[in-house]
Amino acid sequence: MARSETYENDLHLEATKLRLGLPGSNEPEKQSTSNDVVRSNKRASPDMPQDSGSSTNNSDISDARHEDCPPSSKAQIVGWPPVRSYRKNNLQPKRTDQNADTSGMYVKVSMDGAPYLRKIDLKVYRSYEELLQALENMFKVCIGKYSERDGYNGSDYVPTYEDKDGDWMLVGDVPMEMFISSCKRLRIMKSSEAKGLCCL
Amino acid sequence: MTRPGYGYDPPSPDQVLENVLEDVLQFLTCRSDRNAASLVCKSWYQAEALTRSDLFIGNCYAVAPRRATDRFRRVRSVLLKGKPRFADFGLMPFNWGAHSTRWLAAFADAYPCLERIYLKRMSITDYDLGLIANSFSSLKELTLVCCEGFGTSGLAVIASKCRQLRVLDLFEDEVNHDEVDWISCFPETRTCLESLTFDCVEFPINFTALEKLLARSPNLKKLRLNRFVSIEQLHRLLVRAPQLTHLGTASFSPSEAGQPPEQELDYRAAFAACKSLVCLSGFREIAPEYLPAIYPVCANLTSLNFSYANINAEHLRSVICHCHKLQTLWVLDTVGDEGLQAAAATCKDLRELRLFPIEVREDTEGFVSEVGLLAVSEGCRKLRSILYFCQRMTNAAVIAMSKNCPDLVVFRLCIMGRHRPDHVTNEPMDEGFGAIVMNCKKLTRLAVSGLLTDKAFAYIGKYGKLVRTLSVAFAGDTDMALKYVLEGCPKLQKLEVRDSPFGDSVLRAGLHHFYNMRFVWMSACKLTFPACGEIAREMPHLVVEVFTVQEVPVEEEDEFVDTLYMYRSLEGPRNDAPEYVRIL
Repeated sequence: MARSETYENDLHLEATKLRLGLPGSNEPEKQSTSNDVVRSNKRASPDMPQDSGSSTNNSDISDARHEDCPPSSKAQIVGWPPVRSYRKNNLQPKRTDQNADTSGMYVKVSMDGAPYLRKIDLKVYRSYEELLQALENMFKVCIGKYSERDGYNGSDYVPTYEDKDGDWMLVGDVPMEMFISSCKRLRIMKSSEAKGLCCL
Repeated sequence: MTRPGYGYDPPSPDQVLENVLEDVLQFLTCRSDRNAASLVCKSWYQAEALTRSDLFIGNCYAVAPRRATDRFRRVRSVLLKGKPRFADFGLMPFNWGAHSTRWLAAFADAYPCLERIYLKRMSITDYDLGLIANSFSSLKELTLVCCEGFGTSGLAVIASKCRQLRVLDLFEDEVNHDEVDWISCFPETRTCLESLTFDCVEFPINFTALEKLLARSPNLKKLRLNRFVSIEQLHRLLVRAPQLTHLGTASFSPSEAGQPPEQELDYRAAFAACKSLVCLSGFREIAPEYLPAIYPVCANLTSLNFSYANINAEHLRSVICHCHKLQTLWVLDTVGDEGLQAAAATCKDLRELRLFPIEVREDTEGFVSEVGLLAVSEGCRKLRSILYFCQRMTNAAVIAMSKNCPDLVVFRLCIMGRHRPDHVTNEPMDEGFGAIVMNCKKLTRLAVSGLLTDKAFAYIGKYGKLVRTLSVAFAGDTDMALKYVLEGCPKLQKLEVRDSPFGDSVLRAGLHHFYNMRFVWMSACKLTFPACGEIAREMPHLVVEVFTVQEVPVEEEDEFVDTLYMYRSLEGPRNDAPEYVRIL
């Protein structure tokens, strides 16, 4: 997105540019991704236009890389607005299922080698495909397709989960509803470590 | 100090001085006074060390546990803090640290009679809780705030072994569900319990056991239930414990939808019987039709926490119009500007307001604006502390607050849209925050947001002479901004910055000051590895931690550091850091 700044400003192309975002905001065009954006380590390139009234947001730069993602909810920045995750996750009243097992809603997701844990709401996903797609987007990895016989053979990473009994299981074996109600946390394992799970 | 023996040997002058000093110093409670006293001379240092009974460790890595326990020998109460606040927002890598074990082990060794333990943002395991239970038979109070790593099995051990326990308070912790019925583990006989708080426990507890526990805890004054207790169950507890002063009302809704409303009278009576109730919280799944039940206690309330209650302006008004003595109000933005106006009209004594957003996103309409802030500033002149989340704000309202509420000590305004200007004038929010530091002469804590240029920081540096904590996000234009602050704010202790364009020269500008600070956090700024390394080399008592997202940290010139977290320490670099944390 590096351009010569002065030429653009003279022609007032900003005003007529089509883009996503609230009118009046001068955030650069970005593709939205699933709920959270992982911050990129690469900072703004030196010739990035810097307006005097605002500073470019580093997280917007990383959004520009996600061009293959279907636009879903508007991209959110990690930890912003600054509300503790406990409060964020507990604002929706769950009046109907007071005695229902809530262990399948927001779960932690870890990936081998990634320093930050993430959290996802399992109830948002209607199928395993959607869930795996979201995980691929979140962690920038290839998980591949599930097959009953071979598991996730051929991909670098394998999605696993800890169930209510404390056992680590392969994602995809049981029907989605059963998975959601028994999943306590997710772990995306390196496939080299997951051999025991995949060989059935 | 009496001496055994049959004769009377007059004590030496030095001994007399020490005795007198100890007698006098034990009345000194304020931490900074004690620190000052200990610097006078050696005997004052020793006397102070012997008489300090409350140990405060603001950063668990600032000093080795043994060093603290060697100096202070007669400690009865410890307060230990671990992770910096930005850890709450997911900005800290997994398993970063703040493990409690080594501290607890040192305390077990040095303070077997320890009575109070308060931990904040520490990682504490069930093993650690077991260690506490087995080491401190006199333990009276255990308070865990924003901690994680433990579960119900740890709580069970505490409940069963700490027989002197008066206070077990869990605030906003992440508690693992081990499926142990810890409520049943309290002693069968009368307990000493005065305060039991577990509203952060996100799974059901054994209600029958809880009822029985209440029946044998006659001293219980504070009870904060989790949301797995229905309003019918709450009623049963209330009629048994009308002596409560602090109540967390749990779900505040019926266990099955559609309970007949004549139950309402019953609830009113139950609340009315609680003549000492001053603090209400909970309302986790509120059924607003039950709100009238609390009207009888409103006149005495000093603290009301509706921050999990999805209620509108009218609901709030119906309650708050009775709350003339209210000093603390936590509420959701669903009450809107109108709700805030209602609060401002009645709560003339309000000291603290926290307004949280129900939708934690930047791009929503929002329910509150500068109108609510202005109303609060005009109605609540004694305000000392405010936390306000909104989607739009004006400089005029903030300036008005700075003038109407000169007693402000804490001002935290979060305009949720990044870089958002004054929505009426389209100007940056510089003048608003400038007025706050200029007019609120007692201000010690400030969090800024919205569109801000270096000018705002020039104001902070010029007028924020008492500011101890400053939180900055998506703000400022150049390094000058932080330079103003580091050079102008002599009392600055904690600086937390994220996603702002500040570079290496900021680090050099703060060199003279970093040893006086508890920590500096800068994430997603423009700091380079070499510059951070330089600071680490020049300041031997500063631990400089750098977090990277990538697996293999890259040290190229143009790569910016993800996060810099640095803090003064007498201990030197820690050895429990995970692999993504590099200590330079």
